[in-house]
Amino acid sequence: MSVKTNIILCGVGGQGTILASKLIASAAMGRGIPVKTAETIGMAQRGGSVFSHVRVGEGVASPLMARGAADLIIAFEPAEAVRQLGFLKPDGRVVVSARPVVPVSAMTGGPAYDYEGIMSYLRAQVGERLVVVDADQAAADLGSAKCLNVVLLGAAARSGALGLAEDDLLDAIHGRLPEKLWALNERALAYVG
Amino acid sequence: MHTEFLMGNEAIALGALAAGVNVVSGYPGTPSTEVLETIARRKTDDVYVEWSINEKAAMEVAAGAAYSGARAMVTMKQVGLNVASDPLMSLEYIGVKGGMVVMVADDPGPISSQTEQDTRTFAQFSKLPIFDPSSVQEAYEMVQEAFELSERLGTPVFFRATTRVDHGYESTLVKDTDEWLHNQPEGFVKDPGRWVIFPRLSVVNHAKIEARNAALSDELSDYERNLVVPETDGFRAADGRRVGIATHGINYAYVRENLDEANHARLMRVATPFPFPERKAVEFLQGLDEVLCVEELDPVIERALIAVCGKHHLDVAIRGKLTGDIAPSGENSVESVGAALAVFMGEDASKAPAPVEAPTLPVRPPVLCAGCPHRASFYAVKCAMKGRKTIYCGDIGCYTLGNAAPLDMVDTCLCMGAGINIAQGVFHVEPDTACFAFVGDSTFFASGITGTINAFYNQANMTLVVLDNSTTAMTGHQPHPGTGRTMMGEVVEKVSIEAILRAIGLTTVETVDPLDHKLAVETVRRVADEPGVKAIIFKSPCVVLAKPQARSVVDPDKCVGCQRCVRQLGCPGLVPRDGKVVIDDSLCTGCTLCEQACPFGAISGGERL
Repeated sequence: MSVKTNIILCGVGGQGTILASKLIASAAMGRGIPVKTAETIGMAQRGGSVFSHVRVGEGVASPLMARGAADLIIAFEPAEAVRQLGFLKPDGRVVVSARPVVPVSAMTGGPAYDYEGIMSYLRAQVGERLVVVDADQAAADLGSAKCLNVVLLGAAARSGALGLAEDDLLDAIHGRLPEKLWALNERALAYVG
Repeated sequence: MHTEFLMGNEAIALGALAAGVNVVSGYPGTPSTEVLETIARRKTDDVYVEWSINEKAAMEVAAGAAYSGARAMVTMKQVGLNVASDPLMSLEYIGVKGGMVVMVADDPGPISSQTEQDTRTFAQFSKLPIFDPSSVQEAYEMVQEAFELSERLGTPVFFRATTRVDHGYESTLVKDTDEWLHNQPEGFVKDPGRWVIFPRLSVVNHAKIEARNAALSDELSDYERNLVVPETDGFRAADGRRVGIATHGINYAYVRENLDEANHARLMRVATPFPFPERKAVEFLQGLDEVLCVEELDPVIERALIAVCGKHHLDVAIRGKLTGDIAPSGENSVESVGAALAVFMGEDASKAPAPVEAPTLPVRPPVLCAGCPHRASFYAVKCAMKGRKTIYCGDIGCYTLGNAAPLDMVDTCLCMGAGINIAQGVFHVEPDTACFAFVGDSTFFASGITGTINAFYNQANMTLVVLDNSTTAMTGHQPHPGTGRTMMGEVVEKVSIEAILRAIGLTTVETVDPLDHKLAVETVRRVADEPGVKAIIFKSPCVVLAKPQARSVVDPDKCVGCQRCVRQLGCPGLVPRDGKVVIDDSLCTGCTLCEQACPFGAISGGERL
């Protein structure tokens, strides 16, 4: 039986979830493993919630997975982690950026952003399988906020749930990104807060 | 052959190139856009590609090419097919010489469309064969087969995929460039009896089309992609019924995800819903008691199977959307299909654990980007017309998002270009209302020009507001006649919207930068009170393409925390914090609109290229 890994990446349009899903796919294909993905494109990119389903392994029929099927959720934003949590397996892991992105709607009459409520819910639901990444600190340490996606991928790889090693991702970075961005993203991949 | 990680739309494009396509035309629209973009990126020099002004023009360009023996493809989203339906419905009777594929992307959900229309139903209506792939790999191979069938039968054919195939990605096995076919078009051969449509020709060709489709139904019953998977040995539903599942497209993947490969019902996957593979369906239905049709959009297979049962006196109960077993609208998913299958098989479906109450989450409807000039345009009109009786007719594009709070500046939106004549219609009923129609530059070219002439000719009193950001922003910045660039990479003469409006006869056409708020408001006040049809062109480039020079900052000593900027503009770059407002550096584009809206002069420093 071949091993399948189901990964969800989620966040807010413009945060770089799509590139992150491409890097995972490249890394897996670099090892000769087939990949199917599905993601949000179009209207929802304008500051909306976005997600990618990434399914790695032989014998996958659908690019979208069922609820309760994800081995790993990589969340670029805490509220979006909660929004996708129904997809997590009971023993699945969550890597989440601690930095909230508060939508306009929360300031103009829509539901407020309950940051403490969201973080404590995540901690209660996911327990020790939750990895929280301090995105602000990472941006300060790395000198750029643009590589949050790779910081999260590095944390996901080290959690063991990605099914891919940091070296696989390194190859994908070299294959997909222009050379001038390699140094920054190499440091981002290895970044431990 | 080699393997690439491809989006469905990229695979369709590469399949068309491998089939030797000579001419590709289209109009952007999610989820179809990437097909034509990939053609432009990956084509050899001898392939012609264009973004047409709208889908009707695109259809006609492809038809002309196919008349000349070229292999042609035209791409559009499902609502674009409505625009192109006039030439297509006649082309059905005329036919083509070179293979012609009409690639239409359907959007169950709908995720980014106005309608949940089903191109499979349109195929039945137009009597044109249709292909419906269920995976990226299949889309790649099937589009080549679609060209072959089209050319052999001399008819355009539909190639229709839904969002999850169009926008799904797969490791896909594709041909190397040197394996691509190269089609040498013969050229147009004059033959008035063939290419000129007259009633007499139509009635003759109509009979031929019906005969062809009957024969094709039989032929397609042997098409390997119209698949029947036998049940595993002795499979029965929980109550002993002999059951089958009929499905199509991405739903085939959802069914397979829910299937125990060692113990499952008989399956039928319909790859050509029209002409329906009747003989194959009879083979599938033989010996079954009940069939569940798992479909998205219309119950096309379900209705076809009901008809087959009637025609062949088969005692099989057909279930699906018409019996309430599958949702009548919206998108299916792995779990919704799983739940429907469990109910159908008589299994216990109540195994999901009760979820723990989650905290209330903020909602994230799509919003205009920070610094979007459309926000400034809407805000200027709103300020200028404060206290007046108005209607704001919107249109299709990023600026539809002007309907959201706090701008609330889109009262109607129907389809491409409709806002202009809807404003006109409102005027004829309510002459004392200040009627505004907002239209983007690409939408104006696509279908706003005739509407403007209609309003002008028929003596409407209304203000046309062209939101000119010099691109087709919503679908990913495609060029159009106003940009001076083509998909072939040529730099060409720009078509001027102002010159078009003046040529129609409008005497008031004012072009103004919406980010100059004071001037924009004054212009709206002055122009709106003029008689007849008048126009304001708010010209400012899409913020995604314009680089900021300097970002705005809030002086905390001057900010009194009134949050007027947040409540008036709803810019995602303005963030309330500790009773004041700060600007999110990662989002601000230095548009300065908030600087001009702040009554305390607390915001400054923004500068845009």
